[in-house]
Amino acid sequence: MSAAHTELQKTPLHDLHVELGARMVPFAGYSMPVQYPAGLMAEHKHTREAAGLFDVSHMGQLKLVGADAAAALESLMPVDVIGLGVDKQRYGLLLTDEGTIIDDLMFVNWGDPAQTTGESRPRAAGEREGPQLFLIVNGACKAGDIAHLQARIGDRCQVLPMPERGLLALQGPKAVDALKRLVPGVEKLVFMTGGAFAWNGTDLYITRSGYTGEDGFEISIHGSQAEAFARALLAQPEVAPIGLGARNSLRLEAGLCLYGNDIDTTTTPVEAALNWAMQKVRRTGGERAGGFPGADVVLAQLDGSQPATRKRVALIAKERVPVREPAPLENMDGQTIGQVTSGLISPTLNQAIAMGYVQPDCAAVGTELFAMVRGKPVPMVVSPTPFVPTRYYRG
Amino acid sequence: MSIKYTEDHEWVKVEGDIATVGITQHAQDALGDVVFVELPEVGKTYVQKDTAGVVESVKAAADVYMPVSGEVVEVNQALADEPSLANSDPMGAGWFFKVKLAQPDEVAALMDEAAYTAFAA
Repeated sequence: MSAAHTELQKTPLHDLHVELGARMVPFAGYSMPVQYPAGLMAEHKHTREAAGLFDVSHMGQLKLVGADAAAALESLMPVDVIGLGVDKQRYGLLLTDEGTIIDDLMFVNWGDPAQTTGESRPRAAGEREGPQLFLIVNGACKAGDIAHLQARIGDRCQVLPMPERGLLALQGPKAVDALKRLVPGVEKLVFMTGGAFAWNGTDLYITRSGYTGEDGFEISIHGSQAEAFARALLAQPEVAPIGLGARNSLRLEAGLCLYGNDIDTTTTPVEAALNWAMQKVRRTGGERAGGFPGADVVLAQLDGSQPATRKRVALIAKERVPVREPAPLENMDGQTIGQVTSGLISPTLNQAIAMGYVQPDCAAVGTELFAMVRGKPVPMVVSPTPFVPTRYYRG
Repeated sequence: MSIKYTEDHEWVKVEGDIATVGITQHAQDALGDVVFVELPEVGKTYVQKDTAGVVESVKAAADVYMPVSGEVVEVNQALADEPSLANSDPMGAGWFFKVKLAQPDEVAALMDEAAYTAFAA
């Protein structure tokens, strides 16, 4: 059966997108809005200036339940899971046995429902007692991730998909003003923390995070209530609907990787310059060093005993010519030393920005390179990230 | 004098032996916000269907093909400086280039508006 004949799935907001005039495209097996009538550029700027509402219900939501859940998840990621406090959120990476990236994800420690107070956390079908971790994974990877988790740690904790839940992101400097009118108390959250809330009698789990570089929130809500909640948000004067097109340009300006473009099962976290995501406790000399798939490769790249042979870098073009993936990158001598993995004209900077992989000797900030675009060299400079300053709310 | 259309979503307006070329309303709508155009060199001669330029939005890049054979006699520098003209006025101020026709009979074989409307639907 060809892809064209595969029925696309619909998120709980599908009819709302169509009603709003969105252009729908296939993405991660779902019919998703790539842009609304305002257009990508206007949507991008609206998110940077006010508040943008994104439907990210295609992403996978699941929980791991049981006393051993945190230790089990640590056995699959080079990340400190055990040390994460209740209602704290962290970025994680599932690795292959070769140390390459199966998926990147966000996880939150939900604690033990028997011991947490306040609004109840959303329940999953069949969940047992014990501490819980809530995971949000990429839509295109979710089936594979769930199978991987089941196969590797399914005997140590429950792996419970939550397909009944929708996920909304509200991003931008005015996101807090809009959301706190509907859900008082969210303004007290700080970046990378979460909490259980309620709206109209339905439970919400809200984190102060996102993938645009702006202050903002991600809201997990039962699919049956998602449209009503999205309409209530869109009724706020700050809020406009934003499509996947602007989500991509916003995340690239923020210097964030897109799984499938900038990271995949051919890249290790060190090659991908995601060292910040690997806490000291899991590195050589740390209290819980290693013990994750591909640890020999990743730790040797981290401590320099077997250095990575390429590095992800950020690039800014000196000419206003879009540089897209997979443009080859050349050094001043005309030798191919890498490749672009994401690139576009930054709506905020009005310059061509890109990410790509280069040989380590070309990875230093300030290095001048050429991207080959339609056979012509476009001069670029290795640059610090983010391209556009992030505005996370840290309290 | 009428406007003709290509299957590559370009329009061609002929006045005398000069054809003005741009992208259609449908093309600009499909591309979204145009952020970059690359125009052909004035004085260069092309054969019909040659790649003559590029038009890019934030999300996509598309080649612009030469709808008719001939020599490029003028390009729209205002469009290169302000690519969004391709969105705001694709059939007017957002024109791309002008070609001196080498084979005028190529024009007759292009689609008229009714045929293009049906093609783009």
